[in-house]
Amino acid sequence: MERTEYNLIIIGGGPAGLAAAVAAYDAGERSILILERETRLGGILNQCIHNGFGLHTFQEELTGPEYAQRFIDKVLERGIEYKLDTMVMSIGQGEDGSKEVMAVNEADGLLLLKARALILAMGCRERSRGALNIPGFRPAGIFSAGTAQRLVNIEGYLPGRRVVILGSGDIGLIMARRMTLEGAKVLVCAELMPYSGGLKRNIVQCLDDFGIPLKLSHTVVRIEGKERVEGVVIAQVGPDRKPIPGTEEHYDCDTLLLSVGLLPENELTIGLGAEISRITNGPVVNESLETSVPGVFAAGNVLHVHDLVDYVSEEAHLAGERAAEYITACKDAMCAPPEKEKQIPVAFSGGIRYTVPCTIDPDKIGDWLKIRFRVGDVMTQRKVVLCLDSEPVLVKKRRVMAPGEMEELVLTRKVLAAHPDLSSIEIRIEEDKA
Amino acid sequence: MYDVIIVGAGVTGCAVARFLSAFKGSFCVLERTEDVCSGTSKANSAIIHAGFDAAHGSLMAKYNLLGCRMYPELSKELGFSYKNNGSLVLALSEEDIPKLEALMENGIKNGVEHLEIVGRERLKELEPAVGHVPVAALYAPTAGIVCPFGATIAFAENAFTNGVEFRFNTEVKGLTRSEDSEGNSFWIVQTAEGVLRTRAIVNAAGVYSDILHNMVSANKIRITPRRGDYLLLDRRTGGYVQHTVFQVPGKFGKGVLVSPTVHGNTIIGPTAEDIEDKEGVDTTSEGFDDLMEKAGLAFDDLPLREVITSFAGLRAHEARHDFILGEASDAPGFFDCAGIESPGLTAAPAIGKEIAQELAEKLGLPANPDFNGKREGFIDPKALDLPELAELIKRKPEYGRIVCRCEQVSEGEILDAIRRPLGAKSLDGVKRRVRAGMGRCQAGFCSPRIMDILAEELGVDVADITKSGGHSEVIVGLVKDRV
Ligand SMILES: Cc1cc2nc3c(=O)[nH]c(=O)nc-3n(C[C@H](O)[C@H](O)[C@H](O)COP(=O)(O)OP(=O)(O)OC[C@H]3O[C@@H](n4cnc5c(N)ncnc54)[C@H](O)[C@@H]3O)c2cc1C
Repeated sequence: MERTEYNLIIIGGGPAGLAAAVAAYDAGERSILILERETRLGGILNQCIHNGFGLHTFQEELTGPEYAQRFIDKVLERGIEYKLDTMVMSIGQGEDGSKEVMAVNEADGLLLLKARALILAMGCRERSRGALNIPGFRPAGIFSAGTAQRLVNIEGYLPGRRVVILGSGDIGLIMARRMTLEGAKVLVCAELMPYSGGLKRNIVQCLDDFGIPLKLSHTVVRIEGKERVEGVVIAQVGPDRKPIPGTEEHYDCDTLLLSVGLLPENELTIGLGAEISRITNGPVVNESLETSVPGVFAAGNVLHVHDLVDYVSEEAHLAGERAAEYITACKDAMCAPPEKEKQIPVAFSGGIRYTVPCTIDPDKIGDWLKIRFRVGDVMTQRKVVLCLDSEPVLVKKRRVMAPGEMEELVLTRKVLAAHPDLSSIEIRIEEDKA
Repeated sequence: MYDVIIVGAGVTGCAVARFLSAFKGSFCVLERTEDVCSGTSKANSAIIHAGFDAAHGSLMAKYNLLGCRMYPELSKELGFSYKNNGSLVLALSEEDIPKLEALMENGIKNGVEHLEIVGRERLKELEPAVGHVPVAALYAPTAGIVCPFGATIAFAENAFTNGVEFRFNTEVKGLTRSEDSEGNSFWIVQTAEGVLRTRAIVNAAGVYSDILHNMVSANKIRITPRRGDYLLLDRRTGGYVQHTVFQVPGKFGKGVLVSPTVHGNTIIGPTAEDIEDKEGVDTTSEGFDDLMEKAGLAFDDLPLREVITSFAGLRAHEARHDFILGEASDAPGFFDCAGIESPGLTAAPAIGKEIAQELAEKLGLPANPDFNGKREGFIDPKALDLPELAELIKRKPEYGRIVCRCEQVSEGEILDAIRRPLGAKSLDGVKRRVRAGMGRCQAGFCSPRIMDILAEELGVDVADITKSGGHSEVIVGLVKDRV
């Protein structure tokens, strides 16, 4: 049982972890360790063999594994250390303010590691059937879309031949196309909400192009089959999202795929004691993407679920830089001296569900800071207004806003400079009458 | 010719087998499904009841008390999880208090020790999470919780290592009595896998025990499957309640229980609905609504957002609401363990011991000189301290490779689940033994990996790996195999 110290330990070797590592390195940090539980770096991108990644970052259309490889190459070029097949079991804080990581793998056995800073980049998992309270039997043939994706794209197995999909999240949409291409018949995609949770482009390219009907305001009310799925009954739901009797439709199928939402994986974060947002299920972070535990940063889907990996990389870049700065501030100690913080909460209204970051210290913003948020409902003809001390400083017109598409606002140093004694930050969505 | 054939590998059949293996003879357990513990024993509240509930003088009362007293010791001997957490029956209004008193009186007559009625203040001390409604409670410190899979599998494994044979996918279809040339009677057992002969039969067929019983006896019984739905909450809710919290049946109906499980989840249930289908374990949305509403009477802030799965179990309900135990009066050599509804899990070891004893006397079986009543449970790396864990992984590196993230189950544990005597053959088999796939993602991440491990260990194609035996194959083929 060896004890090993690093300046920075990054938990998760997916796109967030990789980009954070590269950014921290480029900011001058050399003592970095990435811990990844899978057998290769790249995270969930390894099973996303469709293209559409990297348009923003590389101005190219790449597949998931190609996008991941760009960042893996950067990690390798820099000689950043990483361990695969390594599961972090818990994280905590030592008395000296160090961050403690307990992990296991076959080769090293039990690892008890210490770091000055941590970056959480564990990604997310899919909401399961159980969390939805779908009644019925529990036969084989019910998969979350991501599990089906892994079975098909990594293992080469076909999970079913006649498929009903519940939920129109992006993975479900992508899998509708993939299953069709692999020889299965996708009968229908049912979505509980009156709008899709996925990207518009995926609805067009994965459902419409293959003639797969999307039934909005529909849900699964029965699963048939005791050993393997034999049929699924869907029904329309009313405004209260409860099934409307008499609207049931039966589908003969052997498979039900669920694409009903992603949940940031924050068991470690909760164990650490960091504050968690009830909206995002991710940690509450400041402008530096630092959690309520100083020196612990978060980025990517562990923080809030993104729809484009490009934004994950960008976010993680910031976390990496800020972690490197934190480590510099530590000097010889295991943690940085506490500082008087001037954290201003980001207030919001008009249908915004959350913002990342949740609080901002105006003195700690570089040239610019992206504030990301999601809305709770589909809205048209709106404007997003950013107010500093109640004064509108930025207005962004949006023709359509939807829960499935992440929104962003850029707060610049320049704008902030005009408000030296800033005490409130607010983002509002207003109707755009013009 | 067997001495004894036990029909059914639920907790009852396996407990009988385990205690029977202390005697010398040839014994066999026949099970229609692919694994032990795949009937009612896998879907219940997992409570070791103290024994105040069952009517005084009933078999339920007798074996409940005996069983409850056996679990602490047995769990150590056989290496399964059990915890003595105590139970509380809540009175939801002043009018309910006489009912608590009646329960306590019944319990005392049954022989239950340390029962106590506590007022609201003491109740809040014992169980801070209870809401504003409950006014008092019956406290039973001897009650406990158990891993029902762990207990059943432990009984089975220990029986097996002591010489009891197990045959799976072997449904008993017919029973006829016959005599040999010397006038000794025996049973001819028709199964899906051929004909077997035995001197005695134990009917431990759960909800099917009426079918078995009625094959041989003129005194017909009828078992009604009484379904109970459950909600299981994330381990994150561990510690929300300490005790098993019941509600006294009252103006709000029978009430539901909220309890910790031995693995740190919180369980809410069950509902009660009589059905026809002996395999009707489908849950209903009405059931879920009912549970949430009733549980909400006892607690103000139940973390219902944390539901990770739901399931249903079938009580083997017999109209007289008592266990039917022992040799049938008109069918010598046919021993019933029928109508084993709650508290059947609690009673199982006591029933097993008793029935084994009766069989031994009837058949003149001597003690088994090689009997070893001890069994090593699964290694649980999470229960080890750090130096022990480091040592384990050094010795057995497969324990350092985590396959199930949510429950942090290693490849070592999964291999153990498969390689043990009566090992797992399906995803659910692995799940019941070592909890891989039991957590919050409900096997999303780990099932592909476990399928591969199963296929390799069992020497079969991945396409043949099932969720739970029969035709529950997980995949249907290879990509593009029909394109
Ligand atoms: C909702 C609910 C809650 C409960 N809660 C508790 C509790 O908290 N505490 C408690 O003590 N008890 C509880 N119980 C009761 C307890 O679960 C049961 O009494 C116990 O599990 C019954 O075990 P068994 O072995 O008799 O039946 P089962 O577990 O059903 O086993 C019977 C087996 O027989 C097999 N079989 C049937 N027919 C044949 C055939 N012809 N040939 C071969 N094999 C056959 C079946 O496949 C099955 O595996 C509860 C029950 C329910 C339903």
